[in-house]
Amino acid sequence: MKAGFSLFNRSELLFLVILIGLIFIVLPFGLDIFRLNLVGKYLTYAFVALGLVLCWGSGGILSLGQGLFFGLGGYCMAMFLKLEASTPEATKIQSTPGIPDFMDWNQITELPWFWEPFHSLPFTLLAIIAVPTFFAFIIGLAMFTRRVGGVYFAIITQAFAAILTILIIGQQGYTGGVNGITDLRTLLGWDIRTDDAKYVLYFVNGGLLIACLLLAQFIRQCKLGRLLVAMRDQEDRVRFSGYNVANLKIFVFCLAAAISAIGGAMFTLQVGFMSPSFVGIVPSIEMVIYCAVGGRLSLFGAIYGTLLVNYAKTVFSEVLPEVWLFAMGALFIGVVMAFPNGIAGLYQTYLEPKVRRLLEVGGKEPDPVDTSSIAARPAE
Amino acid sequence: MAAENDFLLAIEGLTVSFDGFRAVDDLTLYIDPNEIRVIIGPNGAGKTTVLDLICGKTKATEGSIKFKGQELTAMREHEIVTAGVGRKFQTPSIYEDLTVFENLEISYPRGRTVFGAIMFRRDQVVIDRVNEIAEMIFLDGLLDLRAAFLSHGQKQWLEIGMLLIQDPELLMLDEPVAGMSVSERQKTADLLKKIIKGRSVIVIEHDMKFAEDIAHRVTVLHQGKVLSEGDMERVKNDPKVVEVYLGH
Amino acid sequence: MFSDYTMAELGSIFAMQGFAGLSLFSVFVLMALGLAIIFGQMGVINMAHGEFMILGAYVTYLCSNLFSEYLPGLFSIYFFLAMICAFIASGALGMLVEWAMIRHLYKRPLDTLLATWGLSLILQQTYRSVFGAREVGVTIPDWMMGALPLTDIVEIPINGIFVMILTISITVAVYFLMYRSGWGKQVRAVTQNRVMAGAVGINTERTDRLTFGIGCGIAGVAGSAFTMIGSTGPTAGQLYIVDTFLVVVFGGASSLLGTIASAFTISQAQSSIEFFLSGSMAKVLTLLTVVGILMLRPQGLFTLKVRR
Repeated sequence: MKAGFSLFNRSELLFLVILIGLIFIVLPFGLDIFRLNLVGKYLTYAFVALGLVLCWGSGGILSLGQGLFFGLGGYCMAMFLKLEASTPEATKIQSTPGIPDFMDWNQITELPWFWEPFHSLPFTLLAIIAVPTFFAFIIGLAMFTRRVGGVYFAIITQAFAAILTILIIGQQGYTGGVNGITDLRTLLGWDIRTDDAKYVLYFVNGGLLIACLLLAQFIRQCKLGRLLVAMRDQEDRVRFSGYNVANLKIFVFCLAAAISAIGGAMFTLQVGFMSPSFVGIVPSIEMVIYCAVGGRLSLFGAIYGTLLVNYAKTVFSEVLPEVWLFAMGALFIGVVMAFPNGIAGLYQTYLEPKVRRLLEVGGKEPDPVDTSSIAARPAE
Repeated sequence: MAAENDFLLAIEGLTVSFDGFRAVDDLTLYIDPNEIRVIIGPNGAGKTTVLDLICGKTKATEGSIKFKGQELTAMREHEIVTAGVGRKFQTPSIYEDLTVFENLEISYPRGRTVFGAIMFRRDQVVIDRVNEIAEMIFLDGLLDLRAAFLSHGQKQWLEIGMLLIQDPELLMLDEPVAGMSVSERQKTADLLKKIIKGRSVIVIEHDMKFAEDIAHRVTVLHQGKVLSEGDMERVKNDPKVVEVYLGH
Repeated sequence: MFSDYTMAELGSIFAMQGFAGLSLFSVFVLMALGLAIIFGQMGVINMAHGEFMILGAYVTYLCSNLFSEYLPGLFSIYFFLAMICAFIASGALGMLVEWAMIRHLYKRPLDTLLATWGLSLILQQTYRSVFGAREVGVTIPDWMMGALPLTDIVEIPINGIFVMILTISITVAVYFLMYRSGWGKQVRAVTQNRVMAGAVGINTERTDRLTFGIGCGIAGVAGSAFTMIGSTGPTAGQLYIVDTFLVVVFGGASSLLGTIASAFTISQAQSSIEFFLSGSMAKVLTLLTVVGILMLRPQGLFTLKVRR
């Protein structure tokens, strides 16, 4: 048993290189800007999937309300951009110039207090992380210290996602309602709708995704990651080994929320609007399936799963929209019944032995026991 | 009051009722430092519930549990562990998806907060301690094996090892030899005799020979109350005990 | 918000909203009864429960069309036959699903949740393909039309009363089935100790399948009743599923009385607030309150303290 710490083993390092190559070289050169922007949008969901690997795959905590955090992050960004687009000059035809157009349509004559701070970009960037994390903390604190877990937690997070959606749609004067916050134009004067800007945003998004991947991998490789797995299997044993289980859960839930929120903010920037249709029950549970298809135990798998499901969704929606729901339903059932560890599980069963043999040529034998690949039991 | 401080564990007037049913009823029990106490009693006597109450898994309805003068009933589970109480469950509860090494490492008492767990590094001190414990519990050759692949007896040993690495002052074992083969049973008895030195131990056991082997004193529980207490010889000849075990 | 109204007006408002709440209550109870059996007794999360209900509604719709086409003479009583058909159809589908899917997932509740969500998507799209995306309504027999005037401002629609009576009858039937019949005893034996139940000669697999089937069948009957007060669309089931789960959890998952009490509380709260605030705010407030209370008392309102 070696002392010390390594972030990646040999084959994971190879995955990282392949993923970086795919995101930063192959896709940008292979696709036109319209398609690349689409991939960028898919990749924002991958943030949520990464969070779910930590929370659900490692820790066994299934949240069906991740759209809540994705949405909060996205809305924070959208509020800043909307305020920037609503200068008194640009909105002088309104009865109250200088406030977002949807507020004017709803006979609101003054900017609500909670919109005020979003004039500032530093505040906005802070809020993108802090607001969802705060909500996750409150939910986590209330639920985990009361030992609410499993399906109860799943249902209650789902209720939260529903509550936020109803609230956004109901309070359209403050939130833009069912259409969301649209018509976003510039970030500090820089037009985000041009092709150049879309390229830049794509690369920023990719960079952030890799950073979050590294962060998540670090968490999984340190003792906290093993504690999460331990907690998933034998919560009481962890508790009676002197750990405050609730704190561990709250932390990982908050971390997953923060990562999801970054994805939400990047979504707003790349797509140019944010609406409640990315917040509620249906999108939240869809994000779970991205993670499940890729493999709930694999960070890389989660990213590929997200890309694959969204690509399939786009193709189906263009060609055979009515088949898509069937395919989606079958995906849920199939992944759970036949491939509980998703693409990553299939890879580990069929391809990994071969890859491992290839890697061993000219290298030291890799550590035969690595926790990420053996922790391959579906969470209960 | 002064005498109370001499006990490692002082349970007084402990009662817990589940919807009217008193599983433990006005129980009083004192454990000395370095004492090995065996608790026996028929099924449903409340033995496991007593351990649950001490380690905080179940909250008491009434009464007090003092451990080195600290009131355990007011503490949360992990605080009780940190105070020095370790507990082994009846069925082996280990982390099947982790290796034997990782199982022991997680139980090593360092980095128990969230940030402590993030900053925790596997240094030589940890590795040496894990190796030492692994040798004691007959698993030194199996450190890299996933715990799921261990036999039932090995899992029981691993859990004992996980407690041992915490070095608790009070160790509570719930039927440690249940479900073991004869040879495993013998090895476990030897192991227990080795590890009980320098600490207090409460053991729940049905195996009378095993109990007689290790016990300093025996407590017989019946219907949530202490039926008899004392050394094994006395307890065995107590007519009340004979009545409960053989009477019907 | 109360200051604008006189006491008499407030009384009438609460009475009217109370009755509106009772319709919602009926829907909640009918859906929750099936869930209380499947989730409360078996511990299975069935996200497709709403779709089983909608199946019952569509079966009722088909029966209504068949009767008005071929047996107009019997139209006034078609509903009772439709209810039986709905029970059989949803129950049979439920047993099929249990056999093909659920029984493999008993030890993985979170996975059951995902798989049944997938099932709900498939069923929704099936309904959309077969019956169209638009909502359909059944023709209500003449005797169910109209309303009973209670005071000059308060009127009670007859179909509402009918659904109420139906709800009460089904509840009583479920109670007797669960707590007074041999089958109910078997179900509870299997949930409490599967191995032991098997050892004393209960066919646990068959009991599971039948339990799931009956839970789904009751959802079908609920859907049938639902057509009397609202129209049916492919996604109507999904609208209620989270609310219904909250109802069941709020009441304490395994307590039938708790389920009914919590359905009553939630529906009454929601429809009373609805009059003063917008419908969406009423729902937000109700959900937040329920979730808030659940955080304080996660085991639900009506549960026994047991050794874990």
